[in-house]
Amino acid sequence: MKARVLIRPKEGILDPQGQTVERALPALGFHGASHVRIGRLVELELDDPEQLPAMCEKLLANPLIEDYEVELLGTGDSANGAP
Amino acid sequence: MKFGVVRFPGSCDEVDALLACRRFGDAELLWHGDRDLRGADAVVIPGGFSYGDYLRAGAIARFSPVMEAVAAFAADGGPVLGICNGFQVLCEAGVLPGALLPNTSLRFVCRQVDVVVENADTSFTRACARGDLLSIPGKHTTGRYYAPADDLDRMEANGQVVLRYAPGENPNGAEHDIAGVVNEAGNVMGLMPHPEHAVDPLTGSTDGGKLFESLAAREPVLA
Amino acid sequence: MSEAAALSQRHRQLGLTDHEYELIVEKLEREPNEVELAVFSLMWSEHCAYKHSKLLLRTLPTEGPAVLMGPGENAGAVDVGGGLAVAFKVESHNHPSAVEPFQGAATGVGGILRDVFAVGARPIATLDSLRFGELDSSRSRYLLDRAVAGIGHYGNSVGVATVGGEIYFERPYEHNCLVNAMCLGIAPRERLTRSAAAGVGNHLVLLGALTGRDGIGGASVLASAELAEDEDKRPSVQIGDPFEEKKLLECCLELLDRGLLESLQDLGAAGLTSSSSEMASKGAVGVDIEVDRVPLREPGMEPFEVMISESQERMLCVVEPGRLDEVLALCERWEVRATPIGTVTDTRRLRVFAGGEIVGDMPVTALVDECPLYELEPEAPAEPIYPAPRPRVDPLHIPADQQLLELLRSPSIASKRWAFEQYDSIVGSRSARRAGAADAAVLALAPDGGEGALAVVIDGNGRRVACDPYTGTVEVVLECAANLACVGAEPLGLTNCLNFGNPEKPHIAWQLTESVRGLGDACRALGVPVVGGNVSLYNEGSEGPIFPTPVVGMVGVLPDPARVPGMGFAREGNAVALVGPFRPVAWGSEIEKLTGGMSNQLPPVDLEVQRKALELVREAARSGRLTSIHDVSDGGLGVALAECCIAGGIGAEVELEWPGLAPMLWGEGPGGYVVSGPPEAVDELAGTAGEVPVRRLGAVGGDALAIAAGAARLRVQVTDLKTAHEQAIPDLLS
Repeated sequence: MKARVLIRPKEGILDPQGQTVERALPALGFHGASHVRIGRLVELELDDPEQLPAMCEKLLANPLIEDYEVELLGTGDSANGAP
Repeated sequence: MKFGVVRFPGSCDEVDALLACRRFGDAELLWHGDRDLRGADAVVIPGGFSYGDYLRAGAIARFSPVMEAVAAFAADGGPVLGICNGFQVLCEAGVLPGALLPNTSLRFVCRQVDVVVENADTSFTRACARGDLLSIPGKHTTGRYYAPADDLDRMEANGQVVLRYAPGENPNGAEHDIAGVVNEAGNVMGLMPHPEHAVDPLTGSTDGGKLFESLAAREPVLA
Repeated sequence: MSEAAALSQRHRQLGLTDHEYELIVEKLEREPNEVELAVFSLMWSEHCAYKHSKLLLRTLPTEGPAVLMGPGENAGAVDVGGGLAVAFKVESHNHPSAVEPFQGAATGVGGILRDVFAVGARPIATLDSLRFGELDSSRSRYLLDRAVAGIGHYGNSVGVATVGGEIYFERPYEHNCLVNAMCLGIAPRERLTRSAAAGVGNHLVLLGALTGRDGIGGASVLASAELAEDEDKRPSVQIGDPFEEKKLLECCLELLDRGLLESLQDLGAAGLTSSSSEMASKGAVGVDIEVDRVPLREPGMEPFEVMISESQERMLCVVEPGRLDEVLALCERWEVRATPIGTVTDTRRLRVFAGGEIVGDMPVTALVDECPLYELEPEAPAEPIYPAPRPRVDPLHIPADQQLLELLRSPSIASKRWAFEQYDSIVGSRSARRAGAADAAVLALAPDGGEGALAVVIDGNGRRVACDPYTGTVEVVLECAANLACVGAEPLGLTNCLNFGNPEKPHIAWQLTESVRGLGDACRALGVPVVGGNVSLYNEGSEGPIFPTPVVGMVGVLPDPARVPGMGFAREGNAVALVGPFRPVAWGSEIEKLTGGMSNQLPPVDLEVQRKALELVREAARSGRLTSIHDVSDGGLGVALAECCIAGGIGAEVELEWPGLAPMLWGEGPGGYVVSGPPEAVDELAGTAGEVPVRRLGAVGGDALAIAAGAARLRVQVTDLKTAHEQAIPDLLS
């Protein structure tokens, strides 16, 4: 089973990387972008998807400062496909 | 007094910490893969980039076998000092409250900083007086201390904020200018600046020595 | 077309001339197959074989009483007393940094670290010499920002202090930036290790990272058709992994401490190919390599790809069969991959096996020692090579105060604090003088007390060498020696990186030839041997060549680091003096650049007179009687005085004997040292100086730098000097 975990800084926590990118976009001519947050992507294949939430809580994310979102992508060959 | 200095793959300042400790007592390196603290009276978790800071600084090191022993030692009241990466490991392990976030500048910064001793009543600061200014170098990319607002208020009220960057000296945007904290029981301390690099007049100030001196003078924890 | 004929056309695409191809056929006694063609094309490339520079480099002096390892090993090494040796080298990573500055600079640091621990020395310091175009170009700002971040990222993570460096900005580097990285390491003499493979039957063991398709680049023409179409599979940028390097470093040093290795070699340019054949050549043996045993990051790599991959963080060692188990166990403890991939033989050939079959079989000497070397055809240029710089000031119409501030703001002169605060300069507990505190980095030999210290510095020049390649290069060597003298250090050895344009062009060949001549003469006059170095050629594009830029790293020793003065004025009432045979001129100076000029000559240098001044300054620094010593360089005496005020946070009042301010104040040249100290100490220095001029200038004190020369005056508050100096680069980058 392929899975994808998106990890991002919690709302309310200062994200200087996100702010830097948000400031850089208009300078390049892109207007109207806001609320930029920069996080991390973990992709993995695993036998038992039930383990995934515990993996996130224990290692992949730090729940004090990060939120995470889990996507199960199915067992097919398509890495971009829906579950 | 015997200090045990932990070494992880990627630790950089463990030998510096070892040499600093040896000015005040005996000291030995503790390999991350062993659960044996080798009779240490105090444990130091040094600075560096354990596991490359991969995933998050300290996130992987906290699961090493040695950290099981350190957690048990701390739970029994044993003194533990986490310096820079060591502070990050202790926060990831939940032994200290809060977390360290990337510096606001998003850059590594290596600079001598002045910190104020807010609490001289801990095992780590007894050789100081409240309000003392210590000149100690800081060098880190991920040193911005964070805890939720309520926790911070409680920590301040409890005297858990031990060291604070002097006005204008905060190099990383840490909340409340916090440079170092202790746990509620007061036996575990984490700080971002490097006291082990402030023990020799040849290489800088000697103010950092006060932390090791305080530990060395401490009554040993009864077994 | 037959396969052999098709391959024979590919040699040109791989950078081999027809003549070189014919030589290869002659040495193999047949046409080379694809593996052999790939291997030869790399071993006979400029980067590996130094074909256009080796003959010149042989003219440099390489011997000295302290030399333990000279050029030809992974790094040079000198004896520093107390049973200790210091190994050091500088290398360029110019082209990769122009492509991807963060990873280019990072992997440059990684590579030079490996060269040092490959000889058994623990890296304790790195230094970096960087050159970019002017900061009014967004590309140059980007390169500066990313290169500094990359150096910090790698050096800080590995836990090796970055203790010094230089950063210059000149238009000729706009399209060809320079990133030269130097490393210094320390070892007990017995642990110094050579790279010669020895012991027929011994194992070749590959340590470290997996092997991927990094750096295969140009040789990709040899790939099978399907692969040639798949760009993604061939990363042109090498990604450094400092964590892997840190583990590799600790593991290798422990392997050497326990005497488990016969020899050790770093895998750098041309990967397995160059390391295995160079080890074999030095040991007069052969090597058999089984590519199937090499742990790979990508599936389906072809044998030639495995042989020439430039994947980072890998080392090759030779291990006796009886010690193999112990080696593998120690590597496992450090979580370092270790794989036997071949054996040492007596065939004197490099043989490559895949699937049990021989896929490449070449004589080692042909690969390593028999690449044709080319004589240069130097010819002095008839016309100026470089366009005149754009003028920024008009010295006739701006007051002297403003001239000083303009020079302090000039990015090549301005404070580099923005950069060096991104580097860990203190890990290792040896740094007795941090960046900006003195003219050279000073490192205690023993971090826990004990005597003696090292001093190390890296200096180069482009513009002055462009004015006069011979004299300009002599001045580079003098600049290094002067910086060491300011901290009381006696030079023991030197490493150099020669960054030049296309040597096949006669005027570049002339620059290179004259520069090497100057390097040799200066080294001989000062008694400093060259223990190793690097050459980077073809740094030019449609806009023209870079300035000819020799970069020199010099290492010295001093007895008592606690006595070493810093560079800042400190005490009200101290006397200020100018020591040395300083005879500045506007030619080649920063003020000349700011006014839009560029000379084509420099005044000749009297090396004997300079040497005497170096000795005097060195002894004065060691005596501990002076408060500060600072070498005069870019921006001349005026800037040097300002730097002393800024570093000390205190002003000075000086009077010059010469009427008018320029060129005495802004002109440049070797042999000038600004010293300060108690008046008796300065008098004493003047008394013992012999032929070396000592000119009293005035006294330290107040909150401004005030200079008088005849009727001309300048006076600037120290806070204004500091703001101009320290804010220049951050302002340009914001």
